[in-house]
Amino acid sequence: MTKLFETPLYPYKPSPDQRASVPVRHPVVVVGAGPVGLALAIDLAQSNVPVVVLDDNDKVSFGSRAICFAKRSLEILDRLGCGDQMTSKGVIWNTGRVFFGEKQVYEFNLLPEEGHRRPAFINLQQYYCELYLVERIRALQAEGKPVEIRGGNKVTALDRRVDHTRVSIETMDGPYDLEADWLIACDGAGSPTRAMLGLDFVGRVFEDNFLIADVIMKADFPTERWFWFDPPFNKGQSALLHKQPDGVWRIDLQLGWDIDKTEEKKPENVIPRLKQMLGDDVEFDLEWVSIYTFQCRRMEKFRYGRVIFAGDSAHQVSPFGARGANSGFQDIDNLAWKLKLVLDGTADEQLLDSYDAERVFAADENILNSTRSTDFITPKSEMSRVFRDAVLHLSEAHDFARPLVNSGRLSVPSVYDGSLLNGPDADELPDRTRPGAPASDAPLRDGWLLDHLGGWFTLLALNLDPGANDAIAGVPVRVLQIESPEIGEDIRKRYLGASDQAVYLIRPDQHVAARWTAFDSSAVENVMANILMHQRRRQA
Amino acid sequence: MTKVNTTPNIESPDAFYSDLISAHDGLSREESEALNARLILLMANQIGDGALLRELIELSKIRGNYS
Ligand SMILES: Cc1cc2nc3c(=O)[nH]c(=O)nc-3n(C[C@H](O)[C@H](O)[C@H](O)COP(=O)(O)OP(=O)(O)OC[C@H]3O[C@@H](n4cnc5c(N)ncnc54)[C@H](O)[C@@H]3O)c2cc1C
Repeated sequence: MTKLFETPLYPYKPSPDQRASVPVRHPVVVVGAGPVGLALAIDLAQSNVPVVVLDDNDKVSFGSRAICFAKRSLEILDRLGCGDQMTSKGVIWNTGRVFFGEKQVYEFNLLPEEGHRRPAFINLQQYYCELYLVERIRALQAEGKPVEIRGGNKVTALDRRVDHTRVSIETMDGPYDLEADWLIACDGAGSPTRAMLGLDFVGRVFEDNFLIADVIMKADFPTERWFWFDPPFNKGQSALLHKQPDGVWRIDLQLGWDIDKTEEKKPENVIPRLKQMLGDDVEFDLEWVSIYTFQCRRMEKFRYGRVIFAGDSAHQVSPFGARGANSGFQDIDNLAWKLKLVLDGTADEQLLDSYDAERVFAADENILNSTRSTDFITPKSEMSRVFRDAVLHLSEAHDFARPLVNSGRLSVPSVYDGSLLNGPDADELPDRTRPGAPASDAPLRDGWLLDHLGGWFTLLALNLDPGANDAIAGVPVRVLQIESPEIGEDIRKRYLGASDQAVYLIRPDQHVAARWTAFDSSAVENVMANILMHQRRRQA
Repeated sequence: MTKVNTTPNIESPDAFYSDLISAHDGLSREESEALNARLILLMANQIGDGALLRELIELSKIRGNYS
């Protein structure tokens, strides 16, 4: 069987750039065709920003990595044109079991909030996600969109100039150079870009090793998530089992820091443990075993002039809570429209500092959550263990203790409270859609609100007439006007609360910029002007 | 500190105190620590209010002369 991850998806092809006598200049060069780099390329191409993606490899990510894709990622991928594929291939589960030591302490049913197009999350192998992203890029190319993936192109040196970066690349046909107005480093946790620029990756919050195994069960096995605290087959650590498509189950065994990786990986050591986990009579094939090392840290800044970092290159977290790829998608969701406005000359370059501010804030939130999970799962002090065990004991009989059980908090999008891009708020409107928050989905007409918002500035007017506004401060804006008969229960609860009417200015990444209970075009103009040149205004 | 009630509020102080101590009768140090932890968690849930819980934690950190 040829595995998807053995098939070249973007094999090396010589580019005319390699024969050019002077290095060719490109507006945006992305280093790395992982999920984050690919998603950024799609976002830019969709809005006609030319983009070249360089990757030293030519295949999807090798073996088992991300499997859990959260709702917000699916919403972003909807905007990028691959949400349907992801969701229909993905596995949705609702039942979870928590074990402590030898026994099950409780079982739960996730009851996700209704009124959203997408589920709280799906399980899907990362290589499918990457495959769908590459297919989407192929479709965009067929439409004539300006996007290119260059496989077998390894970035070997960078030279930062005032208004561009010189990129040196190695290929099987020899080296060549490119120039990039903007260089976006999506080259993963080991980011060569970061190293080449001598930048720091600070704050090792913790370090841990995980043995990741994919197994195929030979008989039926429930589609559930099982989490073990301190199980007999992995003393003092944790274990996780959940389902992926194609009858594959993912097993994560936390191993701690001081381990012998070669020893741990040997099938004769892995298989007996898995048998203890799954039960002696469960037959399975071991598909894939690997050991990953995680640290929890981030770069000090994500923007260094005309070089910008996104995804794992900028921040790394433990796998608890599935915040890696999920936060990477939010990075590019935040970045793409800002880059477009700057490249078009519509916004001041300083707008990109808000990418740094908003996404550093988000990274800190992710690191905080993932640190809290780790501290619960592997207590760092005696008393921490006493309380952890007390929570687990109580959770068996008492519902109240279950929210304290922390086996990873699922990735949810950051609310950019306090962002300099935020405009006025109206207190009487619901908290969840305050400025900085991602717009909540809700049923609308025959579809969903987020699909109506799409990927550009939208003026969402509820029971209000904002007039014919097709541009604000020179920026095209779409008006989505919804009147009472069309305002369902979910829109009312999520966007109106006690008010009868409201108007929201929503950013291209579907985060709320500002909101009012009455329409005043000059107030909206101010918010837009602030987004376009916020730095200048702040200094003024 | 605004929420914590530091005026006497326990209905029968002596009875409560003796219940608390006798709950630990015959327990090892380790078992007692586990019991205390369970009790704190149960009480915390009863209180619920986040700001109040934070204040209580802060207040418990002030060790004065007792160390
Ligand atoms: C076991 C495991 C489980 C995980 N589970 C989850 C999960 O459930 N949910 C989740 O959201 N995340 C999860 N993650 C994290 C997720 O895999 C990463 O966050 C994600 O892959 C990051 O994407 P990226 O595009 O930033 O980087 P990467 O996927 O690392 O891609 C970087 C790319 O850069 C290329 N590159 C590197 N150097 C160069 C160079 N010099 N020149 C050109 N190209 C270069 C590489 O070839 C690669 O294609 C998990 C990770 C692991 C290991």
